[in-house]
Amino acid sequence: MSLLEKTLTLKKATREAFGDEILKLGKENKDIYVVDIDIAKSCKTSKFLKELPEQHINVGIAEQNAAGLAAGLATTGKIPFISTYAVFGSLRMAEQIRQEVCYPNLNVKIACSHGGLTPANDGGSHQAIEDMGVLRSFPNMTVIMGADYYSTRKLVEQAALIYGPVYLRFTRDTVPVLYDENEEFTIGKAKELKDGNDIAIIANGDTVHLALEAAKELEKEGISVKLVDMHTIKPIDREAVLECLDLGSLITIEDHNIINGLGSAVCEIAAEEGRGKVRRIGVQDQFGQSAPYEKLLELNGITKENIIKTAKHLLNTK
Amino acid sequence: MKYNEVTEMKEISIEELKEKAIELRKTAITMIHKAQSGHPGGSLSAADLIAVLYFKEMNVDPTNPTWEERDRFVLSKGHVCPIQYSALALRGYVPYETIYTLREYGSPFQGHPDMKKCPGIDISTGSLGQGLSCGVGMAIAGKRDKKDYRVFSLVGDGECQEGQIWEAAQTAAKYQLDNLFVFVDNNRLQIDGFCEEVMPLQDLEKKFEAFGFETKRIDGHSIEKIVDALDEMKSQKNGKPKCIVLDTVKGKGVSYMEDVAEWHGVAPNDEEYKQAIEEITGGLK
Repeated sequence: MSLLEKTLTLKKATREAFGDEILKLGKENKDIYVVDIDIAKSCKTSKFLKELPEQHINVGIAEQNAAGLAAGLATTGKIPFISTYAVFGSLRMAEQIRQEVCYPNLNVKIACSHGGLTPANDGGSHQAIEDMGVLRSFPNMTVIMGADYYSTRKLVEQAALIYGPVYLRFTRDTVPVLYDENEEFTIGKAKELKDGNDIAIIANGDTVHLALEAAKELEKEGISVKLVDMHTIKPIDREAVLECLDLGSLITIEDHNIINGLGSAVCEIAAEEGRGKVRRIGVQDQFGQSAPYEKLLELNGITKENIIKTAKHLLNTK
Repeated sequence: MKYNEVTEMKEISIEELKEKAIELRKTAITMIHKAQSGHPGGSLSAADLIAVLYFKEMNVDPTNPTWEERDRFVLSKGHVCPIQYSALALRGYVPYETIYTLREYGSPFQGHPDMKKCPGIDISTGSLGQGLSCGVGMAIAGKRDKKDYRVFSLVGDGECQEGQIWEAAQTAAKYQLDNLFVFVDNNRLQIDGFCEEVMPLQDLEKKFEAFGFETKRIDGHSIEKIVDALDEMKSQKNGKPKCIVLDTVKGKGVSYMEDVAEWHGVAPNDEEYKQAIEEITGGLK
């Protein structure tokens, strides 16, 4: 059954995927460590702490220290996963990650929950709209965001297997389960959800299911959509982007500022190759505020309706 | 002085250690003079500690710099790396003849320590306030893996203005890291002048004590006192991390550099260099 026909009833949060997978990985490999920064419960590492205390460190509310400490652990052969909220994991310890993790290319993973606008009611201070952009500008860093529970689990597992710094972004809210439990994912290799030949949509994270809903409606109106889940924005799957650009019209969707995130990464390729028209849907270079998540998405045009509108506009101005 | 020594250093005498400190100072100043760039003041204030650590205290194997059981050294005040590079060269980690490529293109001796380029560097440092956290991570791993290695970290007094130092300190106490030794190079100066004027640090010994450390404060230019303090502290397996505040003089051993903030990051010219070498060779007063 194709994804277009499937009814997506099961919903699970990607932060749960991290919590479940890291526990499994920790049991299999004694070198896997979790470094918590006081928010184990909401980052879903409480079970890890309870079952594997010897592989767990809680530094309290001290992000900068966590990054250096994890770097020190990594020099001894450990594989530390720093777990916190995306806004702190990327920005509060940005320089520490640059200096002590990326510069010496150490095997430290930054695993962050509450990405994008999902800490909705907490307000703009807690929403992470710059994280992936900041961290993708650090040499040696890999940047990943899974679209659902199963893809996130697979990507966490892969992150533990590859050597080097990885930023993994999860979100707070439940999102529809898109993939089968046994689906394989490779870091740096985009996942095509469906092929099409009129227009391409590239999405990541929690926006993939929105893109899927939009694609379903566009198909009903006779517009053939190619839909790609770009779970790795660095290293980005250049070939997959080029295939999308070949269709002439391309939309990117992300729960991240349109500056520096997925949309920018795709535009860099489009500009370098001089092909395709790209429209970026995402946070419109503005801070969020306390509001329901849906409302914040709406304020930024990260909606099924806007994807459809943008697609039609692009095709009409071809 | 024989270069490239890869000998067991444990039985070295105090007099021999003093000679090592002189060699370290000469090598570091020569590196900085040749590069016409680098940090002489803090390199000289840290020289006596570095001599004790590299030629007596640390359990390391220069022929196998990544030996898992080795004691680790974290130069949190990374800008004084010329003094560490000198120790690495004199101890045989790197061929002595390569040492004067400091800060040149392609050199292992980067302006701040780079673990991927220079053998014997346990962690890359340079941005102040961050190294001690790395040392804490190494010490926790040592405890969890039930290994006997120790972690020695040198921080600057000015560097203690960074909040992250205290985040690391509280973590060291929580995880009972009595395998962690922090040395504060208390030379009282930073780039803009005396710490007391730029940002007073209060009593660093008391501060570390309040954070749960076993502490001591000694003359950081007395080899005897450094050796004695280390001997005393390493016998205390009481779960407390250790801190030795070393009262030092920035630029120690070169009269015109001593206690002068301007010599933080300036290289001597030919004449100044000649005088520096003469004074260092004459021995510390």
